[in-house]
Amino acid sequence: MKILLVDDEKKFVSSLAERLTMRGIAADWTTTCEEALEKAPRPEYDIAILDVKMPHMSGIELKKEIEAKRPDMQFIFVTGHGSEESYKAGTREAASYIIKPFKIDLLIEKINELREK
Amino acid sequence: MIAKSLLALIRPKFLLVRRTDGSDQFLFNYRKVWLISFILLTVVCTVPVTFFLIVNSRLSHEAIQNENHLRTLRLTSNSRRTITYFLEERMDALKYIIQEEDFFNLSSDTGLSYILGNLKMGFGGFVDLGLIDNTGIQTSYTGPFNLQGKNYSRHEWFINCVERGSYISEVFLGYRQIPHLIIAAKSPVINGEFYILRATLDIKKFISIITSTEMVRKSDAFICNREGLLQTPSRYYGEILDKIDLPIPPFSSSSQVFQARDPDGDPVLIGYAYIENSPYIFMVVKKNREIMKGWYSLQKEMIWFFSISIVIVLFVILCISTFMVNKIYDADQSRLKAMERLEGSSRLISIGRLAAGVAHEINNPLSVINENAGLIKDMFMLKKEYQEDERLLELIDDVTESVTRCGEITKQLLGFARQFRPSIQAVNLKNTINATLSFFRKEAQYRNISITVDIPEDLPIIHSDYGSLQQVFFNLINNAFQAVSKDGAIEITASARKQKTVAVNISDTGCGISAEDQKKIFEPFFTTKSTEGGTGLGLSIIYGILQKLNGDISVRSKRGKGTTFTVILPIQFEGDIDGENTTCG
Repeated sequence: MKILLVDDEKKFVSSLAERLTMRGIAADWTTTCEEALEKAPRPEYDIAILDVKMPHMSGIELKKEIEAKRPDMQFIFVTGHGSEESYKAGTREAASYIIKPFKIDLLIEKINELREK
Repeated sequence: MIAKSLLALIRPKFLLVRRTDGSDQFLFNYRKVWLISFILLTVVCTVPVTFFLIVNSRLSHEAIQNENHLRTLRLTSNSRRTITYFLEERMDALKYIIQEEDFFNLSSDTGLSYILGNLKMGFGGFVDLGLIDNTGIQTSYTGPFNLQGKNYSRHEWFINCVERGSYISEVFLGYRQIPHLIIAAKSPVINGEFYILRATLDIKKFISIITSTEMVRKSDAFICNREGLLQTPSRYYGEILDKIDLPIPPFSSSSQVFQARDPDGDPVLIGYAYIENSPYIFMVVKKNREIMKGWYSLQKEMIWFFSISIVIVLFVILCISTFMVNKIYDADQSRLKAMERLEGSSRLISIGRLAAGVAHEINNPLSVINENAGLIKDMFMLKKEYQEDERLLELIDDVTESVTRCGEITKQLLGFARQFRPSIQAVNLKNTINATLSFFRKEAQYRNISITVDIPEDLPIIHSDYGSLQQVFFNLINNAFQAVSKDGAIEITASARKQKTVAVNISDTGCGISAEDQKKIFEPFFTTKSTEGGTGLGLSIIYGILQKLNGDISVRSKRGKGTTFTVILPIQFEGDIDGENTTCG
């Protein structure tokens, strides 16, 4: 049971992974979509937290590609961009949609919700 | 009251608009359109009428003048005949007597006196009668004076009579100092001898002929000699033997009429005739003013009628021009209003986009700060030496708290930007107002303005467009902030009305709005803040939005006390908003 964090902002994603780990949630991170696609098929990951807006590939596209390899994977979107379009897309595609900056407790709550399902 | 409504009919609206900022918001030059239409209509309507009036006046003037010319000519001609006849008749009587009576009878006083008696009876006007022989001595005389034996041989009349056979004198005073005239006839010459019968005629009879010919009243008829000395009294130009101050017309064998000016400079119509075999000129003088009196009074009436008609026509033309220009003006104004509104909302949309862009760019670094600060705190919590360092933990908490606050602001900015596409959704008014107020909290703190929000928790959720409502409340609260001075207060209350509408009151303790301005504040471009850059559009946009949302807005204000705006909104929105009618939860 592990979480895969994908965000192009390395400082953000690494700190977040470390903090989750401290709270007993195993987390791994990457800043590129390629690496994410490489890691995602591994069975130890069950939840992917994706940034909606990334260079080369959007979070939505990435989610579709990962889903193709891992249909049982669950997703949470995080974004700094609160436009209506991305909100609608995010909520349609994933269980949760969180706008940055957020409190870590909110994220943990969402993760627990997904795990309980 | 009537004057006011009349004024409203003819005064175009564009004249009432005064621009304080000096900019010209007109698409057309209304003044020019108005003036051109007024002038054109006036010219088209009045020129033909005026032309006809003038032509008609000229023609009638000419006709009356011609008519008078003819009438005067006829009068002159008739009078001439009468006078000629009068003189000829008496002259013929003398000639008859010379032929009929023998010299003996004429030279005896009794015979002459008998003849004079007959003449007086038969013709009248004879005063005396005398017989003068060929040497010029009056051999016999009958009459009121003793003139027997008087020598006339050097008198002009005698010489003339000898030459021509008969003579009619001018009027003169003579020995008697009474105006009179004499007529004389010469007998046929037999053996170089002849005699002359001379009679004095009373002028009264002569005058009565003239006055009786004065058939036309208000005119002057008289006889003068060829030097212009009056032979009969004139009404206007003097007594007998005075010189008239009128031009003496040249000789003409027939009656004539001509125009001249009398001594006063008034134009006069003069008819005249030279009386045959006499030194007399008969003259009729008519003052043009008198002749044309009837025409003038008619003209006066015409001009009155014309003037009143023109005033009415001008008034109607003014009404038409004003009505037309007002129509154009209204159409333009509503177009302008629409354009301004469009411009206003597109400006807001671009501000919204900018805000969204900024918010997004800030959110990413904020999240880095947030996570790193969080991580630092996490790490401190693991180490005992830091765990109890309250100061350090407090500093970190300050950082994360500030990040949270920034996040709130960017979320609001994003939310604000999202609102410009109208869509009907469930709206919690309390949250909407609080969200809008968040933009003003800092300013309220700086200026020490107290904001009270009293909205009951059970206020019904309404169905409306969130973005539009936020715009309405933003503008109203912004206005309130501009109205209140330091230490002022703003109060926002809301209540449901009859389960159908919700009323929101936004009150301030500001400067207030005068009763006169209250009527105009929802009109576009009405502003009292033009010098501070107010466009006068805020309240008109709000008004437009509320109309679209089936809502309403009203104002109550007292100068110096404050202002309350009341916004009424329907709980259920019925109808269509911009072709989209979506109800989302």
